[in-house]
Amino acid sequence: MSTTMAQAINTALRDALKDDDRVVVFGEDVGTLGGVFRITDGLTRDFGEDRCFDTPLAESGIMGFAIGMAMAGFRPVVELQFDAFAYPAFEQILSHVAKLRNRTRGALSLPIVIRVPFAGGIGGVEHHCDSSEAYYAHTPGLKVVTPATVADAYSLLREAINDPDPVVFLEPKKLYWSKDEVSLPAQTAPFGKAEVRREGTDVTLLSYGPSVPVALAAAEAAVEDGWSVEVVDLRTINPYDDATVDASVRKTGRCVVVTEASGFAGVGAEMAARVQERCFHSLAAPVLRVAGYDIPYPPPKLEHHHLPGVDRVLDTIARLQWDDVPMGSGAS
Amino acid sequence: MNPLELYRVVRLIRRFEERAIELVRSGEIVGGIHPYIGQEAIAAGVCGALRTDDIITSTHRGHGHVLAKGADPVRMMAELAGRVTGLNKGRGGSMHAADFGLGIFGANGIVGAGGAIAAGAAWARRYQGGDQVAVSFFGDGAVSQGVLLEAFNLAGLWNVPVIFVCENNGYATTMPVEGGVAGTILGRGEAFGMPSVQVDGMDPAVVYEAAAEAVARARAGEGPSLIECMTYRFDAHHTFEHKARLNYRSEEELATGRSRDPLDIAGARLSTEDREAADAAIEELLAEAVRFACASPKPDPADAMDHLYATGLRARTGASA
Ligand SMILES: Cc1ncc(C[n+]2csc(CCOP(=O)(O)OP(=O)(O)O)c2C)c(N)n1
Ligand SMILES: [Mg+2]
Repeated sequence: MSTTMAQAINTALRDALKDDDRVVVFGEDVGTLGGVFRITDGLTRDFGEDRCFDTPLAESGIMGFAIGMAMAGFRPVVELQFDAFAYPAFEQILSHVAKLRNRTRGALSLPIVIRVPFAGGIGGVEHHCDSSEAYYAHTPGLKVVTPATVADAYSLLREAINDPDPVVFLEPKKLYWSKDEVSLPAQTAPFGKAEVRREGTDVTLLSYGPSVPVALAAAEAAVEDGWSVEVVDLRTINPYDDATVDASVRKTGRCVVVTEASGFAGVGAEMAARVQERCFHSLAAPVLRVAGYDIPYPPPKLEHHHLPGVDRVLDTIARLQWDDVPMGSGAS
Repeated sequence: MNPLELYRVVRLIRRFEERAIELVRSGEIVGGIHPYIGQEAIAAGVCGALRTDDIITSTHRGHGHVLAKGADPVRMMAELAGRVTGLNKGRGGSMHAADFGLGIFGANGIVGAGGAIAAGAAWARRYQGGDQVAVSFFGDGAVSQGVLLEAFNLAGLWNVPVIFVCENNGYATTMPVEGGVAGTILGRGEAFGMPSVQVDGMDPAVVYEAAAEAVARARAGEGPSLIECMTYRFDAHHTFEHKARLNYRSEEELATGRSRDPLDIAGARLSTEDREAADAAIEELLAEAVRFACASPKPDPADAMDHLYATGLRARTGASA
């Protein structure tokens, strides 16, 4: 069955609401409207206003409220309308959501899911296109998840809601309307397991969320240039699956990290560092990064220059010192 | 305040928004806009009570404020269309127009963010020995943001010459005021010791009177005020709504809401000749704005890395060097 990512997320929320009456969905415009991206469409109608409701325009309050609810036994699933509108809630997320369990030496778990439509590619404007994953990933105590496929959107969200820890669930908004042949409910690999989305032998493209389709398109295009490209999708940024990444890089001997987020001090930098630390002797070339520029997200007419596309990925693959080692040999 | 001037501003904003919506439809303006249609009397009345060197901070629904404060509609339209000739060279867009020479300290896409900025700017002007005031425009949704209430407190505490203007159009996106605001909006101003009044936000003359009073108080060193302007948003929350019918307002409500139109209210005070002459001049100006915007060059992607820092640093490409 052809299913969109938006439908998968909606269905995951529905199924969670059905299966567990501690689950409550709330946020700005999620009830009456069904969310600005219509992800929560029909939930208030079908589950009632106690289970899915609109809040005032107050992200910090919403998040603090969720903490209290979680402390008292609920499983709040909060929607923050766009990436940048999570920032008013950062005090709550960074200082409390992420720290309470550690601070109480495990006495208190906060099973909160923070859903954030994030990243660009939809002709949106400033504050509506941020790749904010690094802020969360840099904060110990949060799990950070970003699906790239329809089945993962369903399965990872169900897992997030069942997880005893706080999960920041980053939904690549440009993929909301992407379709896969999937019937729901779908069950995919658990948190902490990366997936090889395409097999190859010459170079590994490492990516997650909105950048996975870009990496796959680049891999396809690279066939013409004679490169066999493997694509790894992290699926969850934290927990991080070193084993799958290592296995791929040790096989191919080359690695390019592809992220839509700005490169400097980003998640991509962490990925590159880990590969270099763990796979040094397998590498035939330095690990390179393709990333968004280190600038505030540009206006819609310029966003395609900012976002790493197939060309930038291919150009970077071409710089992997192919002349030093016979092409396709790997190095291990 | 001269009724012709008030009418002119209301009409300019109305027609500017209508022309901008056309450009959204034709794809010249990407990302859409939050139309100010129906709320024009507030910008016209409040900015009518301000001097050029007074300061405003605006919102996501900010075209009206920016135009009423004197921004060039031609360069404003170019800004919306993302052209290099725009107020901010096309990099601010609909939600982030600014013109510091005119005291327009920025529209702002973050709801509630302008209040503290306006208070800080007003404090600074007074400290520098000036008698300027600042106005912060915001919606009924913004009164739920912590930072706005923090701004109220600072302004009240330090007697800052700032006027907080709430445009209560009944909704924050789809959330009705009754569903989003406990107590009252006026009560929030009163709680911080500010003179707080509710006025008819559909009549620019009424808004002007209230604003002039608050401005006079602020200039005289008597501190901040809150004005709640009761209004109605005639059009969509955002132009995306033109394609997706959201059905949170009934047809009857829309009809009632639109029945008191600031354009009619302001226009009724003019002779037919004056009104027609004003309309014709505005049409001409906006025809030029649209022509200029569409004919202007788009930004050069090569300058994407400019202007991030003033000194010493240039934006990085993000990728491996
Ligand atoms: C901090 C923040 N949260 C959410 C949003 C998304 N958003 C944009 S406008 C809006 C509603 C604003 O309502 P109101 O303040 O009443 O202004 P109005 O749109 O009615 O003019 C929302 C929720 C935002 N821009 N900023
Ligand atoms: Mg409103």
